Amino acid sequence: MPNLLGRLKSWEGLLLLCLAVVLTLNITQVPNFLTMGNQVNLFQLGIEKAIVVLAMTFVIINGEIDLSVASMMGLSAAIAAYCFEHGVAMELAIVIALSVGALFGLMNGFFVAVLGLNSLAVTLAGYIGFRGLARMLVEDRSVGGFPDWFTDLGQHGLIGDVTLSIILFFVLAIIATIILHFSGLGRLTYVIGNSAPVARFSGVSVAKTKMTIFMMSSLVSAMAGLLMAARFGAVRASTAEGAELDIITVVLLGGVSIFGGVGTMVGVLLSTYLVLNIRNGMVIAGITGNTQTGVIGLLLILSVLLPNVAGRVRERLQRGQTGPGVQSPPAGTVEQERPQVAPG
Amino acid sequence: MSDALLRRIRPEQFREVILAIVTIGLLIVFAIQIPDYFNPRSMNQLMRGLAIPLVVAVGMVMVVLTRNIDLSVSSIVGASAYVVGTLLARHNDIPPVIAVLLAVLLGLGLGAINGLIVAYGGVPAVITTLGTLALYRVVLVEFSGAKTVTTADTPDWLNDISVATFGSIGDYKLFIIVGIALVVVTLGQLTLRYLPFGRRLYAIGSNPDAARVAGLSARRDIFVAFCISGALSGLAGFMYLAQFGNITVTAGQGMELTIVAAVVVGGVNVFGGSGSVIGAFMGVLLIEILQRSLLRSEVVSEFAKEAILGLLILIAVTADALILGRMREMWVRVRRRDQAALQLAAANATEGESRSA
Repeated sequence: MPNLLGRLKSWEGLLLLCLAVVLTLNITQVPNFLTMGNQVNLFQLGIEKAIVVLAMTFVIINGEIDLSVASMMGLSAAIAAYCFEHGVAMELAIVIALSVGALFGLMNGFFVAVLGLNSLAVTLAGYIGFRGLARMLVEDRSVGGFPDWFTDLGQHGLIGDVTLSIILFFVLAIIATIILHFSGLGRLTYVIGNSAPVARFSGVSVAKTKMTIFMMSSLVSAMAGLLMAARFGAVRASTAEGAELDIITVVLLGGVSIFGGVGTMVGVLLSTYLVLNIRNGMVIAGITGNTQTGVIGLLLILSVLLPNVAGRVRERLQRGQTGPGVQSPPAGTVEQERPQVAPG
Repeated sequence: MSDALLRRIRPEQFREVILAIVTIGLLIVFAIQIPDYFNPRSMNQLMRGLAIPLVVAVGMVMVVLTRNIDLSVSSIVGASAYVVGTLLARHNDIPPVIAVLLAVLLGLGLGAINGLIVAYGGVPAVITTLGTLALYRVVLVEFSGAKTVTTADTPDWLNDISVATFGSIGDYKLFIIVGIALVVVTLGQLTLRYLPFGRRLYAIGSNPDAARVAGLSARRDIFVAFCISGALSGLAGFMYLAQFGNITVTAGQGMELTIVAAVVVGGVNVFGGSGSVIGAFMGVLLIEILQRSLLRSEVVSEFAKEAILGLLILIAVTADALILGRMREMWVRVRRRDQAALQLAAANATEGESRSA
């Protein structure tokens, strides 16, 4: 019983509680909420972002950040569209788009892991640059008319009502959980996220791990971009613009520390479902897309601010109980001022 | 790199020289490529377009120096332009000074929210300002009812401000609005170079732990840096209102990218602790020239703008880490050697004196 209580007090417990509240609201307000069709719709609304969330979890636990994911989604969609427009078979176009995604991911990783640059700066360049490349390819047009099999994959169910994207998400979620919690790569991700210098002195190949993670992040984003193109049936240069806000929010809301080294896939999956439900609820309540973005922005800040403030309050209470002892710096300050990347 | 050269200039100055060379080179390339490149109309447009990014960039430099970043500037510019525009449209009799003051105060308030969350809430600046970038914009959209401020509703003096000049050299005009921006740049540079507050920003950015041990109140200074960034964005919002007249709720959207790019290209280190307003000034100049000229260029598509911007950031950040890092080491080594030589000479001199005595 105390074990259960301890569980509930954890971040995942809090998420479960929020989820229960939101679910109850949704179920009582929306008829047929729990039907298969409605659940599929709920996932379809943000499935591409949910897929990228899985990769972003690794990046952030690793102590880095990838701001370029949404631009990469747009770029890969634009590449596929551009190739298709110029007579390349769709299958080949997909392969090209994915290869470019992996390549740019390696490039991000190279700059961060090998040259030791700040991932914020490097992926900010990607955030602007990838979107710029997408704009060069499709300019201000809207490219559509893809083969039926491609758009069908995005729009129609593969097994019953469940689409390819949703199946992919669940398969990838299982794989990601296994890699993060039960494999060497996952353990390295945590070790490096906790302290890259310590990891390096322990003989861990920090550069290789970081490159792998950045490549995965871009590759998964490229795939998500293609899935989005299939779902919409058309590609614009602005495809997936602003998606990084949702993606990073979900990961941080899932209890992953922005400072690296902390977080679980279970928490992230819970927060994915929670945010999908909140979005769904807002759509039903007639709240516009713009306001939804604002709510997500607020959630993003609160998901980091609340644990910080709670930690500080707890510390103050403890200090009050034990009397004046060794004063530790208030929570947040130490972490906040830690350099984001260890010098290479 | 010879020792003599290293004795004369600091690596940071070297970076500014390179930036100047690149900018001039770019101007020459465009001048060759585009017929009648330096015609007064285009140049006046370019000059006038510099004012807003310059003002915002000065605030951004202060924030970035402390190892933080302010992505919300474009939303603050938009909010300030829209709110003050709406007020002026409703009350035509608000005096200009009060209008400017309102814009600055609004920006200051929004910047203070950022500062509070970052400095006292312990939330990283990227997260905070990515959130407030969305949040400020949404609050604006919700409360405005998506109406547009039009030039017809606002008082005439507002429109006059943006075209007012100190005078002109031939057909090239010296806009007052650009003059104001240059004053802000100068004040910013002087603050960072000579005021204790400016020096503290460098100290906090280059080594937060050392700054704390030295007794600096990092939190308060980071908070103030965000406030300044917000206030300057508010001022830029007023300039935006004057310059464009017709303001929708999307005013200024996407501007944060140009500003961050300019500041980074201008050599302000995202690791904090190094960079100058002059550098950022040159970064803004470079990027504005690039953006405006690409619109006129027939060889390079205007759609390439962002791709080039991204590439520029990458080059600037990499060059900063690789080349300037090495130069800084060399610079320190030369200084040390010189100092050692001086000490040796001094020791010899005293030895000689004692022997003669």
